[in-house]
Formats: sequence, C-alpha cells, structure tokens
Amino acid sequence: MGKFEVNLKINDLPVTIEEGTTILDAAQKLNFRIPTLCHHPDLCVAGNCRVCVVEQTGAKTLPAACATPVAEGMEIFTNSAKVRQARKHVVELLLSEHKSECTSCYKNGKCELQELAIEYRISEDTFLKLVEEKGYTIDDLSPAIIKDDSKCIRCQRCVRTCTQIQSISALAVINKGDEQKIATFLDKPMHSVVCTNCGQCVSHCPTGALVEKNYIDQVWDVINDPNLHVVVQTAPAVRIGLGEELELSPGDRVTGKMVAALRRLGFNSVLDTDFSADLTIMEEGTELLTRLKKALVDKDESVKLPMTTSCSPGWIKFIEHKYPEYLDNVSTCKSPQQMFGALAKTFYAEKKGLKAEKVVSVSIMPCTAKKYEADRPEMRDSGYKDVDYVLTTRELAAMVRQAGMDFSALENENYDSIMGKSTGAAVIFGSTGGVMEAALRTAYEIVTGREVPFENLNIMPVRGLKGVKEAKVKIENVKPEWGFLEGVELSCAIAHGLANAKILMDKVKAGEADYHFIEIMACPGGCLGGGGQPMPVSDKIRQKRMDAIYQEDESLEFRKSHENAEVQAIYKEFLGEPLGHKSHELLHTTYKKRKKY
Amino acid sequence: MTDVKELIQGKIKTFGNNRTALMPILQAIVEDKNHLDEEDMIEVADALDISTADVYGTATFYTFLDTIPRGKYVIRVCKTISCHMAGKDEIFDTLKDVLKIKEGETTPDKKFTLLIANCMGWCHKGPVMLVNDDIYTELTKEKVIDIINEYQEK
Repeated sequence: MGKFEVNLKINDLPVTIEEGTTILDAAQKLNFRIPTLCHHPDLCVAGNCRVCVVEQTGAKTLPAACATPVAEGMEIFTNSAKVRQARKHVVELLLSEHKSECTSCYKNGKCELQELAIEYRISEDTFLKLVEEKGYTIDDLSPAIIKDDSKCIRCQRCVRTCTQIQSISALAVINKGDEQKIATFLDKPMHSVVCTNCGQCVSHCPTGALVEKNYIDQVWDVINDPNLHVVVQTAPAVRIGLGEELELSPGDRVTGKMVAALRRLGFNSVLDTDFSADLTIMEEGTELLTRLKKALVDKDESVKLPMTTSCSPGWIKFIEHKYPEYLDNVSTCKSPQQMFGALAKTFYAEKKGLKAEKVVSVSIMPCTAKKYEADRPEMRDSGYKDVDYVLTTRELAAMVRQAGMDFSALENENYDSIMGKSTGAAVIFGSTGGVMEAALRTAYEIVTGREVPFENLNIMPVRGLKGVKEAKVKIENVKPEWGFLEGVELSCAIAHGLANAKILMDKVKAGEADYHFIEIMACPGGCLGGGGQPMPVSDKIRQKRMDAIYQEDESLEFRKSHENAEVQAIYKEFLGEPLGHKSHELLHTTYKKRKKY
Repeated sequence: MTDVKELIQGKIKTFGNNRTALMPILQAIVEDKNHLDEEDMIEVADALDISTADVYGTATFYTFLDTIPRGKYVIRVCKTISCHMAGKDEIFDTLKDVLKIKEGETTPDKKFTLLIANCMGWCHKGPVMLVNDDIYTELTKEKVIDIINEYQEK
C-alpha cells in the first residue's frame, strides 16, 4: 500500500510529511524543538505531561504534539504567546507537586524537569506547593535503585518501560487524582517485589524519582585508605559509553582514556572485566560442549538443553521469578564481574603477595543489577565479598568530574597486569549477540580446529538490534574426539530486553523451538543499553554504541577468547582446566527459585 | 464466601482470560468478601497472566474496590456541596457518635465501616448516605439512628 502524505504548516513554514506522523516529529523535521517530558522514543505515546502543547488554528484547546497526528491543512504554532504561557503553567504545576531540592538532588544538572524550569525561567511558586502535604516516602532499601516519590511527576515513563521493554510491570499507577502515585504491588519496597534491578526505569526517568544507589563516597574512602589495595575492573560496555557522560559523543571509544582516568583516580590496579569475559567463554563454551555430549551421546536426561547464558543479573533474577522450572538450563558460570571478583581475592592477591582482606574490588558496570548481583549471598566464594562496590558508568563519570580531569585530553593508557588482558571476543560481550558470537568463535574452533566459517570472524546473523535473533551453524569435519558433533546444526537464539526474553522462553516452553544455546540480556541492545549507562538513550544511540563495540573488536590483535595469553596462563598456574575443581569452586554458582508474583 | 479461585475461574468462563476480564473479576470478589486482599490479587494476576502491580493499580483506582478489610456494612456519606449544604456534617457526626469510630475506621465487631464519598447523584434529596448498595436520602439525626439500629439487629 502506498504511503499517503499530508501538507501542513508549522510556524508558517510548509511541510509535507507521511500521514500518521505526530506534530512533534513533523516540527522536528523543520528543526523546531518542542519540549517533552512523558514522551520517550523507546515507549508508546502517553500524552499526560502536557508540556508539548502547541497551538492549532481553529482548535479550541491546545493539542499535545506528541500524541496528535498531523492532518491535511493543519496550521500549527509551536511558540506562540499562548503556547509559552500554557507550557510555563504546566511546568509550574508539575513543580508544585515536585520536591525541588535541586542542589542536593542526585540528578542535579541531569534532570529534564530542571532543564525546563530553566528554559521557562520559573522563578517563584505560582501555585500552592503541595509536596509537603503529601507525606511521600523514599524507598532506599534496594542495593541498586532508589525510588523517591516526592520527585515523581507521574509521567509514567517507568511504568511503560517496565511493561513494554521488560514485560514485568513491577511499577504501576495506583490511586487517583491528587493521591495518584507510581508504586509496586501493595506499595511494597522495590527489593521485595518482582523487580530485576535492571535499572531501565532509572535510565528512562526524567527526574530524580528513580536513581541508582550510588557508592561514590564509599569508593573514595577505600581509594584514600593507604592500607588497602583497591583493584578496579571495567565492563565491556563502559568503554563505549563513558565518553557520552563526559562531553563526548555516542559511539566514541574511550578505552585508553578510561584506563588513564581510573589510574589518576587512585586505583592501585586498573584491570579488565574483559579478561574474565574471556574466561567465561572458556568455562561456558566447555559447559555447552559437555552438555551437548551428555545429551546427544550419553542420552543423559538430567542434562538440560537449550543452555542459556548467565552474564546478565537482570535476566537471572527474571528467570528465577518467572521461569524457575528452567533454572537447570541456565549456565552455572558466574558472570564475568563475579568471576573477576572471586579471582581478585584469591589468585590475584596470591600472585601479588597481598592479604585477601586488604584487597578491595570495585567494578565499573553499565548496569544497576550488578549492584544487586554483587550483594547476592552466593557471591562470596573467595571467603570475602567478591565484589565490594559496583559503580555505574554514570557514577564513574561523576568521579572523573569530581577529580577535575579534562577527560577528552587524557592520553591513552593500557590496563595493568595480571587480569588486564582481553580479546575482541570479550569486548563484544557488551552488545546483544556478543556472548553468543564469542562462544561460537571458540567452541567451533575447539571442535573443528578451524575458525568459524564467517568472513573475518564476524558472525553477522547474531548482531543487530532485532529483538529476537536466530542463527544456525553447521558443524562439519570435526576433530576425532568430537565425532558426535559431526553434521550437527547448532541452533542458537538471542534476545535482549526482557519482553523479548519472555517471547523466547514462551516459545521454548511451548516446545516450538529446538535451540541448543540461548543468549539473553536483560536490557535493550545488551549491556551497551544497560540501566547504568549514560542518558538519554534511544535505538539511534544504542546503534552507535554497538558500532563502536564491533570496531573495538576488529581493532584488536586477538579476537578469540582462547587466544588470551593471561587466560591460558591462569589455567596453567591456578585453575587447571575449564570446569575443573578450582573453577567449580570459584567460577560457578547456583540459582534459586523466587516467588512468581 | 466462595473460594476465590473458583470465583475467578467462573468469571473467566464468561469474560475470557484477557485483561478485559479484570474488572468483573475484581467486582465479583469484592461483592463476595467485601475487599481484596494480597492473596486475592495474586490469584487474579496469575489467572490473567498480568502483574500484581497492575491488579493493585486498578483496584486502588476504583473507590468501591476496597483493598483493606471492611465491615459487613460499608456506610458512605456524601460529602459534595449539595449534601454539605443540606447538613451532612451533622449526619456524619451522628454516625461517628453512634458507631464510636472515625472516618475510614471499622467497628471492632467488624460490622460497620464509615467512609466519605463523592456525589451519588441524589443532590435533590440530600443529605444522603449509602449502606452497601442501599441509598438513604433526606437524612436527619433521628433517621440515621433508626437506620443504624435496624442494621445492628440484622
């Protein structure tokens, strides 16, 4: 069917645009920015904040630009006196129910409501300040997320995020009228309901109502303590996100600058989660091949396929709540963060001649769920808390600013050793499909002795922002010891965003899929779109970050996890072999069934 | 009181098991046991495959879908302007005196709950109150005492 176009005028300028476009997007085409709050490119239209109202000739009321489609002959004014007055009142009304404690607010300088207050020169309380009357509470019981209702403007971005992107709906609108608020089931604290701590609500919140729990001061304290040896690890997706938070552009790769900055902040050793991502591939790849052998050759029915990845703590909490009958399908491998943590206080401490209790391990993650993961009781296999503090990409940027560094002027530096080396296979963990690709690069080569049959190692079918991806890899001419895999077509699936994970899991549950291996990441785009990454976020920005990840991969000399010299060394010196005794002790974990509602 | 699971399944037979069945199911439970508790809302969420927060959000939007236990008889006194001008304050004070409870409370014997409500559309016959589904109009202090006495004996 052909597309219909309509002609209209915006601020007296003619524009021809596809039918169904909103006034907001049509104005954007003419380079007129209309302010928004409840609108978000990731989410469905809400039209509830009224900040984007415009004037339409002949209409009695001011339509919301985000929720009104264009029509033939329309005349729109985006900046008339009437519009400016209305928007100012809208912002004032929102502020009358908002605790404006900007200087002490965690979102100070990063708040969309604050930006509008500046733009509209809001100077005094025009309307009665209602916030004191409401008896709002702050929920700071979760290790990952703080919810402060007094900052909430009820735009419902979080509600739509939790429903549309994550299929969880942990947050909903409760009550009505002046008592309306965003709450969980029975208004319980976030940590006690079905919430995966993914932080997507945080990265979509326009104000300070939902923020990550920050551990910046605690990290400064340990850095400043001369008796402690503080190691820091950086997740794959941080190096392609951090720049955005420090005045660079989406997709800027800042690995070297980030290492330099961390060293200047005072960390004793700057190491890489990518090292343990390579290690994860060795363990998880071996686990997959072992499972395949047990299932296909030994016909062992206790072995569950498909095997799913376990790197994303949001996904783990999701499956624990929603599909506990599939917990045996989840790889027992800890996430790279936790593998690193367990090794930091054992292997690393030993090699460096340090007492484990003097080693503090800090991780920089694109993720809020990692804060929760580090707190899990299972994550103490070193005898201590394996990862002491988890900072998001945003928190690290805040520390860099506090330290007064001109980030973009920093010279590139390299990671320290040991546990600082990595390959391209580890870098791509930061993108949806990356763990799958990294695992295939290694597993295929172990089994056949040859590289994966994709041009330049790039396994294109598993890449991209499509919600659910499938790929099949035919295994041929295998080495003799892997004879049982001859001719097997390895069937893989990838999902990112928990709504997509649900689609995939329901397919598995219905018996409609014959997958061997499934990769799931809780956040859209994978870790590069994680709840701890810079804001704002949209598919356009995610794509730029993704391009940067694959560029980083291609720029590296080694691109297969088993080629990582430090990984080879740790097996030789410490771990023995993948899935060996020591690995089981330190690098693998268990999961538990949680309540479904 | 019917088993909540049975009640839900009965309604699903009539209304199906998608979101649109939510309201009739919640209404049926409240009709049966006067309020929705945590377990009820979990059962409903499970049956319709929606989140408990969604169920709770819907229940708290509607005044008549109570999420806290109520007495056998829920009294709602109209607070809107016509009833106010016709003397709702005296009616409300009388109820408080007779029942020995404040607004929002339930008597210790779990018989009466006293609430304030918005307009019930009986402005021409105010002040009015609702006891469960029955409307009482043109109330006076004496009438209220009689009505409560009747319910006490029920």
